[in-house]
Amino acid sequence: MTTPTSRLTAVRRTFDGRLSDYVVYLGFILIFAFFAIALHDRGFLTPENLGNIGRQTAMVSIMAVGMTFVLSAGEIDLSIGSVVALAALVAAVVLRAGQPIIAVVAALAVGAAVGLTNGLLTTRLRIPSFLVTLGMLGIVSGLARVLTDLEPVPVTNETWAFIFGSGELGPIPILLVWTAVVVIVGHVVYRHTPFGRHVLATGGNRTAARYSGIPTDRIKVATLVISAMAAATAGMLYAGRLQGARYTLGEQDLITVIAATAIGGTSLFGGRGSIVGALIGSLIMGMLNNGLLLMGLSVSEQIIARGVIIIVAVALSLREARA
Amino acid sequence: MATAVPGPATEPVLEARDLRKQFGGVTALAGVDFILHPGSIHGLVGQNGAGKSTLVKILNGVHAPDAGTLAIRGEPVELRSAADAQARGIAMVFQEFSLVSTLTVAQNVFLGDEPRTPRGLVDDRAAEEATHGQLAELGVDIAPSAIVGRLPVGAQQLVEIAKAMVRRPSILILDEPTASLTHGEVETLFGVLRRLRSRGVSIVFISHHLNEVLAICDEVTVLRDGRVMLTGSREDLSLDRIVVAMTGTHGSAVAGGVRAISERAALEVRDLRLGTRVDGVSFSVRHGEVLGIAGLLGSGRTSLLRAVTGLEPRVDGTILLDGRPVAVDSPVRATRLGIAYVPEDRRRDGIIEGQSVEANLLLSVWSRLTRYGLISGSAVRARARELIDQLSVRTSGPTQPIQQLSGGNQQKVVVGRALALEPGVLLLDDPTAGIDIASRRELLARIRAFADAGHAVVLVSSELEELGDVCDRVLVLRRGRVARTIGRAAGDELSESALLAAIHADPEDDGSGSAGSASRPAAVS
Repeated sequence: MTTPTSRLTAVRRTFDGRLSDYVVYLGFILIFAFFAIALHDRGFLTPENLGNIGRQTAMVSIMAVGMTFVLSAGEIDLSIGSVVALAALVAAVVLRAGQPIIAVVAALAVGAAVGLTNGLLTTRLRIPSFLVTLGMLGIVSGLARVLTDLEPVPVTNETWAFIFGSGELGPIPILLVWTAVVVIVGHVVYRHTPFGRHVLATGGNRTAARYSGIPTDRIKVATLVISAMAAATAGMLYAGRLQGARYTLGEQDLITVIAATAIGGTSLFGGRGSIVGALIGSLIMGMLNNGLLLMGLSVSEQIIARGVIIIVAVALSLREARA
Repeated sequence: MATAVPGPATEPVLEARDLRKQFGGVTALAGVDFILHPGSIHGLVGQNGAGKSTLVKILNGVHAPDAGTLAIRGEPVELRSAADAQARGIAMVFQEFSLVSTLTVAQNVFLGDEPRTPRGLVDDRAAEEATHGQLAELGVDIAPSAIVGRLPVGAQQLVEIAKAMVRRPSILILDEPTASLTHGEVETLFGVLRRLRSRGVSIVFISHHLNEVLAICDEVTVLRDGRVMLTGSREDLSLDRIVVAMTGTHGSAVAGGVRAISERAALEVRDLRLGTRVDGVSFSVRHGEVLGIAGLLGSGRTSLLRAVTGLEPRVDGTILLDGRPVAVDSPVRATRLGIAYVPEDRRRDGIIEGQSVEANLLLSVWSRLTRYGLISGSAVRARARELIDQLSVRTSGPTQPIQQLSGGNQQKVVVGRALALEPGVLLLDDPTAGIDIASRRELLARIRAFADAGHAVVLVSSELEELGDVCDRVLVLRRGRVARTIGRAAGDELSESALLAAIHADPEDDGSGSAGSASRPAAVS
């Protein structure tokens, strides 16, 4: 049946598929090698600097895990940055009253509530999630400003600062532990549970999934809740690491998270993605931030560079969607 | 405007001789003659794949024939493109509307050819006035400033014709113009066509509705397998002669014999209503039975299946599974109740492009393949292998991306997904449309085997021959109602020609309708 040519094409296609899946790792290695050589005299390779990259990247990595679920289901969440700020402030305010456990619950509740609202508006009213979460971004960041009247709130609770920020588990910074936990749980859920498969089916072809008995609306709501709760978790980590919360937290993270997720091989149009890829994408973004800073680029120049990178990443993602 | 009076002595406006066309190894046209007289309406009929659309595309300049000649008013021509055909006075109205629904009637009519003001801006008022004149000429009352998307389908069809008539073509080709129209809209359309005919325009009218063809056309040509089987003027033709010409000899049904079918109904539907699309349909399917549903596009066959799958929000009527009334309000509920559904449009609603054969096959059953909440790789491999073997899917393996498979094999995967659910009731909407003969045979055999194992199957199909071959009973739908039920057990013949006759018969002639609704629909002439 199959001619040698068609078999060859099939082999090449499979190989191409594999290659594009690994392109993010290749990119990671190349960028790492570039900085290692170019910045070897400016301390890029020192353990302290590498640890710094890991710590700085933790929040983005965690949010990128959430974003992978949302994008894979064919939706997007633009409200994560504002959830970071509100969740951090809520946690800090509750902590001031000396209630760390309630602070955790309250911060996560902020995420759950925003995610649920995003999800219900998207699925019930059939408003594109792009617009729903854009509106929510305004509402939630406004609430974050109102909550403390623009005042920063310090976090003095040392246990909190240890668990969510500066602590170490043996030799490993606790932020890396959080990252690992979220990435591993995310990966297992994404790759090895029926829920993960349903997310991919919903994003791949919503009608086909619906006709096959998948509750696609509920799946979409769930991914938006996951994303907002990941953002709330990032907010708690920011509050721990910076020992305080402020309404500006997370403002710059949205573009980084989307870039990291797209670079990691997740399609912006749904149906395809990778949690581990999102982690590598986050590390690439963190490395670029750090490297560009060491190279002496100003913050403004870094923001421009980030914009360029996201466009390149989306272009690659589009190219694959057409292939 | 002076109009030529059509008569036998007039020269044909269009004359095609011995047209031949092959696609790959498949012969679409095997020497077709087609003659169109001025000021006449010429019906073109034939089963799917008979060569109608290929012929029309040659007349419209989209395809070039491999051999044969075309002449317009006696002058030999070669049509290189649709624009070329248009320049020679041939206009085509496609089955799928080419209107932009957010623009006005006038903007659509002049789309791409907008009248300009002296300053070079678009002159909407001039366009609306010209459109008004055009519509008045057709004798229809539609506001040129109305937004097209808000008009009823019938009015949109008329706008489409007005748009085609702007260039004053002498030949107008209409592909299935009545497929989505109501009875009243069909009458209005016919009025417009008669008016155009009286002005000397020649019209090619393609339709599956033989009653309509007989009502409006002056001449009829029947194609089968790329050849003209019959051509002549209306007076010399009858419905019977056309049906025989379309299907060839009678009795193509393979004698399947009466199978052992349970007495119990697996699925029963009582007095189902869905707007105007389904108008009081009742039927039941027993364990072990394949119930066919025949009917033209727009007969309500797709809406009926969608209603039973929970895809239609406003359904009246009762659905019973094994005698118990159930509320099927979503596909999620339907699959839980053991109803699986295979939609009509495989590419749009069936497969998930970019994902593997395995992911497409097991979409509905992931939660059955888990251990401690996690998907078990070995269970997945085994189940995917099993389904691939059962349906003879030709694939390099479960991880091959589905878009690399042929259409027939993609369809096997979509049917396999439904079978993986192990449903009690399987609903299939035209599952063999557009797939190769080998795949079709394998799919139908699998569907029959599934029923023989004691399950109930409802099979909607445009292919009457296949309904005759696979089904135990066939429900004929017309305009949302059950026109007839033809059953093997009742001693009826389930042949292609018997089914075709039942689909096209006038409601008044139905002496033997055994499951019709109480009241007769308004006469469809």
